[in-house]
Amino acid sequence: MTDPVTPPPAAADAADALASAVREAGREVLATLARQVGDLGLAEDAVQDAMERALRTWPRDGVPDVPAAWLRVVARRRAIDLLRAEGSRGRREERAVELDPDLRGEPGDPHGGDGGDGGHDGDDPHGAQGSSVLHDDLLRLVFTCCHPTLSPVSRVALSLRTLCGLSEEEIAVALLARPDAVARRLVRARQKIRQARIPYRVPADHELPERWAAVLATVHLLFTEGHTASTGATLVRPALVDQALRLGRLLHDLEPGDVGAIGLLALMLLQDSRRAARVDADGRPVLLADQDRSRWDAAAIDEGVRLIGEGLRRAGERPHPYLVQAAIAACHALAPTPEATDWDAIVSWYDVLLALDPGPVVALNRAVALGERDGPAAGLAALDAIADGLDGHAFAHATRAVLLRRLGRLDEAASADRRAADLAVNEATRGLIRDRL
Amino acid sequence: MPLYAAMLYQADLDWSAPEQAADLVGYHEFGEAAAAIIRGGAALFPTVTATTVRVEGGRGGDVLTTDGPFAETKEVLTGFYLLECADLDEAVAQAARIPAAWNGAVEVRPVIPMG
Repeated sequence: MTDPVTPPPAAADAADALASAVREAGREVLATLARQVGDLGLAEDAVQDAMERALRTWPRDGVPDVPAAWLRVVARRRAIDLLRAEGSRGRREERAVELDPDLRGEPGDPHGGDGGDGGHDGDDPHGAQGSSVLHDDLLRLVFTCCHPTLSPVSRVALSLRTLCGLSEEEIAVALLARPDAVARRLVRARQKIRQARIPYRVPADHELPERWAAVLATVHLLFTEGHTASTGATLVRPALVDQALRLGRLLHDLEPGDVGAIGLLALMLLQDSRRAARVDADGRPVLLADQDRSRWDAAAIDEGVRLIGEGLRRAGERPHPYLVQAAIAACHALAPTPEATDWDAIVSWYDVLLALDPGPVVALNRAVALGERDGPAAGLAALDAIADGLDGHAFAHATRAVLLRRLGRLDEAASADRRAADLAVNEATRGLIRDRL
Repeated sequence: MPLYAAMLYQADLDWSAPEQAADLVGYHEFGEAAAAIIRGGAALFPTVTATTVRVEGGRGGDVLTTDGPFAETKEVLTGFYLLECADLDEAVAQAARIPAAWNGAVEVRPVIPMG
């Protein structure tokens, strides 16, 4: 008997496709509306209402020809209603109308007459001018969500809410947080944006590199947290990974020539290409060498490798760290068997990465690669040389255990594994180390 | 344009002490460079002069005073500016030019507009 709550698979797919179409269109509508009303929180409320209405009525009435235009009309009316409601309590409406020449042109009664929207210049998503305005609006939205005066956790929550269109409940599930904690965090972030006046704009040229790096870092943080959860019972949180990939594509679309965005998207695609093979049927992690490579996502690998080629062509002498990390991931992804891995190339890429972005974790990964290329004794020597900075790092101790075991130093290996198990951050990884002991 | 309070937190100091002379040059430079946006501010005597006042039992209750600042911390409020800036980006950029930002920290908070 069919579970009455779960729709049949075809209907569920259709509902997913609809929800994702509504979210994509909703993001564009929000980006423009936030500029027009000068208040991100109010614009979000208005677009949220419009999106909910779309999800209710489109399955019945059919998807409009231009979904974004439909959402724009409904969201704009809702925004005007909200501004009026606030206006009757203060001076908000006046301010909003001053801010926005587009809104002044609206008919007096927001519920009268349906026509007239398509004629707004600078607002048509298909016009040449419209697309560049929309491009800038989306960039404004991205930079506001990832503003450096917001905490990294707030940036992640705000990006999921505003750029990905997730509900507070969905964000709570994705981040393993309580819904009320997510709601509080979002309220505070919006309050700071409004009251401290975090500007809704693309940063000036001299700030741009640093601010763009913060945007990329926010998306990378989102991906990393989904790819290897730092807390909780499972290794992977697919919902977060999927959202990070969507944002990575958005950033690449917005700045197609940016090597950092190319590298980040390639890195995420290549790391995530192993998703189906990274955990076994019981949800336990499977080491890279033990994974069933036929289950790796060939399309994602192809796309990642193609992006790396493009990135390297654009980067010239000084590739972006994300691009180098992607190149390392590609060396693994392209090896048909673990034995066929080009460890020489991997060690070379780690040398490049160390020069660009020195740090103990990069040095640790280089030691692992060296151990594969030149044997466990060489790997252990490289590890010993950098051990000081890594005592609190579970993976460093687990790596030492693997190398010691290959050298037949079993007692030392067991003690390194015990140290790693004490430090491991998610239950799945801890279980893997315990099994070795 | 919105106002921001830029509050200067650093090791307790006596602005009039001779060893502050070098720092005062830095504040003087900031004062000149930012003259167009500085709408007020004050430098405070050191926390040894501070008195913290509490009223016990609600309004009109007993006045309790303690000798010293509100919180005993390594870095204390030593003064503040009121800055008129277009947005938080500008306020942060201005705060970063105040010597307290490298001797300690500057907390930037928007001021509620009145009237």
